[in-house]
Amino acid sequence: MTATEESTEIRFGEDLDLLAKSASDVMRDRCTLEAVRASAATDTGYDEALLAQIAELGFLGAALPERYGGAGLPAAALVAMAEPMGRYLYSGPFVASTLAGQLLAYIDDPISQQTYLPQLARGELLASPALYEPDGSYDPLAIVTTASRDAAGLLLSGIKTGVLDAANVGLLLVSALCDGEPAVVAVQRTSLPDGSITRETLIDETRRSYRIVFDDTPAVRIGGDATQGLRFVHQLGALMMAADMSGGTIGSIDLTIDYLQTRTQFGRPIGSYQALKHPMVDIFVASEHGRSLLYHAATVFDGESRASECAVRMAKAHCGSTFTHAADRSIQFHGAIGFTYECHAQLFLRRAQWAEYQFGDTRHHRRNLQALLL
Amino acid sequence: MTEVPPAETPSPEEFATFRQEVRTWLQRNAPTPPAFQLPDSFMEVGKPEQFAFLQAWQRKVYEAGYLGMAWPTEYGGRGRPQAYQRIVDSEMARANVPFMVNVIGLMWAGPVIMQLGTETQKRRYLPKILSGEEIWCQGFSEPEHGSDLAAATTTAVRDGDEYVLNGTKIWTSLGTEAKHMILLARTDPNAGSKYKGLTFFLAPVDVEGVEKRPIQKMTGEYGFNETRFDNARIPADCVLGQVGEGWSVAVTTLMFERGASEGQAGGLAMVPLRVSDVVELARQCRLDGVPAIEDPQVRDRLVGFAIEERAHALNMARARNQALTRDRPFAIMMMNKLTFSEFRRRLSAFAVSLEGANAGRYMGDPHAIEGGEWQRHYMNAFSATIGGGTSEIQRNIIGERLLGLAKG
Repeated sequence: MTATEESTEIRFGEDLDLLAKSASDVMRDRCTLEAVRASAATDTGYDEALLAQIAELGFLGAALPERYGGAGLPAAALVAMAEPMGRYLYSGPFVASTLAGQLLAYIDDPISQQTYLPQLARGELLASPALYEPDGSYDPLAIVTTASRDAAGLLLSGIKTGVLDAANVGLLLVSALCDGEPAVVAVQRTSLPDGSITRETLIDETRRSYRIVFDDTPAVRIGGDATQGLRFVHQLGALMMAADMSGGTIGSIDLTIDYLQTRTQFGRPIGSYQALKHPMVDIFVASEHGRSLLYHAATVFDGESRASECAVRMAKAHCGSTFTHAADRSIQFHGAIGFTYECHAQLFLRRAQWAEYQFGDTRHHRRNLQALLL
Repeated sequence: MTEVPPAETPSPEEFATFRQEVRTWLQRNAPTPPAFQLPDSFMEVGKPEQFAFLQAWQRKVYEAGYLGMAWPTEYGGRGRPQAYQRIVDSEMARANVPFMVNVIGLMWAGPVIMQLGTETQKRRYLPKILSGEEIWCQGFSEPEHGSDLAAATTTAVRDGDEYVLNGTKIWTSLGTEAKHMILLARTDPNAGSKYKGLTFFLAPVDVEGVEKRPIQKMTGEYGFNETRFDNARIPADCVLGQVGEGWSVAVTTLMFERGASEGQAGGLAMVPLRVSDVVELARQCRLDGVPAIEDPQVRDRLVGFAIEERAHALNMARARNQALTRDRPFAIMMMNKLTFSEFRRRLSAFAVSLEGANAGRYMGDPHAIEGGEWQRHYMNAFSATIGGGTSEIQRNIIGERLLGLAKG
């Protein structure tokens, strides 16, 4: 590999720019840190009115095919929206439902697409992918859950963990082994008996994820190439989480800089001390690097090619380690107030500590990059 | 830059054709490596044979039309879009050909003359910067004033049609070979503020009263001087900009030097250090009896460097997209000098570590790996983390100008 010959393409046209601005405006107005705390205190973890507004703006269908009511924008549109959402610590079923919709659009089962995508695009139906299992592997193909055939169709058995917003969505897309092969099956959340879905207690109080126990649960198989589909959605999850973390880093930096400018000690703003100024600059530089890696990954993302895998892994690895570090330093630079629940710095640290471990952490992606680069 | 290249946007096919043309030209014309060792950059040109070799190479590149491609034709350039020069620069790096020697002229003295010079000055100086016929050096730092550049005490006193210079400049790269110096000197010691009363000169340094003392570098090489002015007389028409406004000219110059402004003539400025070269080194070296490339810690660090190298390349692509830099439009350009120089330092130190028990060998040892080049690269990397404003000064500038943090 020589750096000079790798593509450095970053495409971000006017349509994506407008989308990013629109997302940024809505979030700034409606998703203040006070609102984030209020949502976190609810059971579902999100503001339904804000989700309705997002749906109204077309965010849920932005990257879905036009024939199913979407806007047909490239996957980069998801980054254009997810980054400002991360900046304002937004939470809600946007990520889950987007990933589920993209998975359906990718694996190309026309009947399922016709059934679900128009509703998903309008936000009338929310969905979530259920991919990961109790052993904590990031490999979307390390599946133990089984889908076995009986006279009526498929019956699903197994446990899925970390299922985003599971209790708030209508449709679950579950990875399972069917005749020993990876498959994706659809489960109506309402068909699950009471007690099947339990909320997990997360370090990030703004997010919701759930553990689901399937016990001969009726399911419908989605056609198409499930193996590729699962790899695709895992990689897209990493890309969206990289965007969320890049945004989170910017939010954390803004919060910290504001404090460094206004807090005075020994008669000077504390930001005038190089012990704080210089590490702050290094964090800012790392954040700028992360954004470049992110926008390039968004540009070349296809969920399949080496270039896409390489770019997404680099973006998630870098944005992940940058956000966790930025949020860590934010606590320290705020001094004692930074250690309190009341100070907003903890919201960013908790988000960083959660997001870092979704869809592959820094160590995981760097390890996988070895085979791609060395 | 005031001179905007033609607005025509060449097609991707035109670029591809041009890239191929450059590649072929470089294959046919790259000089045979000389018997003596070439320096790492223009800052370590310490021997006459090195200089003669590099000057001849720059002339050849210029005459082929591959230098100053975006500079106007009346000043010796080619008047083409900057993208062509970027292609040349990347192909030169790819082909591992020697760098351009007249870097101070090409990269910052030239651009600042282009931006602020009179028509006479532009026609007088710019073509010979490109051809390499006239070498430029820089007289900013003084023995007592490095980071605090504006406190310069070298004086320039007007006397008829001349200025009389007295004082000492230091770290003058190419000072031995240079015909001209961009010089910051105090013309009015009573201006009230250290930022006022400074004037920026395009000073000839081949005049009487200029004494040049070579300084040896920590690598053992030479390449920079202490330059003393003892009643040296220079023509009054070599002032650049306004008398007394030298500080703002110097700041403009530093923006070019640090890569924070565009308008450079282009060309390679130093031996490029690439992660791919370090990967290759890791394949060649053995650590604890196995190839270094198999060491898990080495592998992870190589990936880390590869990500960083990629981010630099992508930063330059993003810098050209307004929508993605709107929040802080100058951030990437202002970071360049800090990030590139620190990366080069860390990468070369890491490369040395791959040599294990042989890492302590240096140039001249017959068993030194790759001739001890990585050891030299590492030590010379400090020239860029210190020269042109230290990394610490860069962090102050970024923290204060971009992030709005208070001055210390």
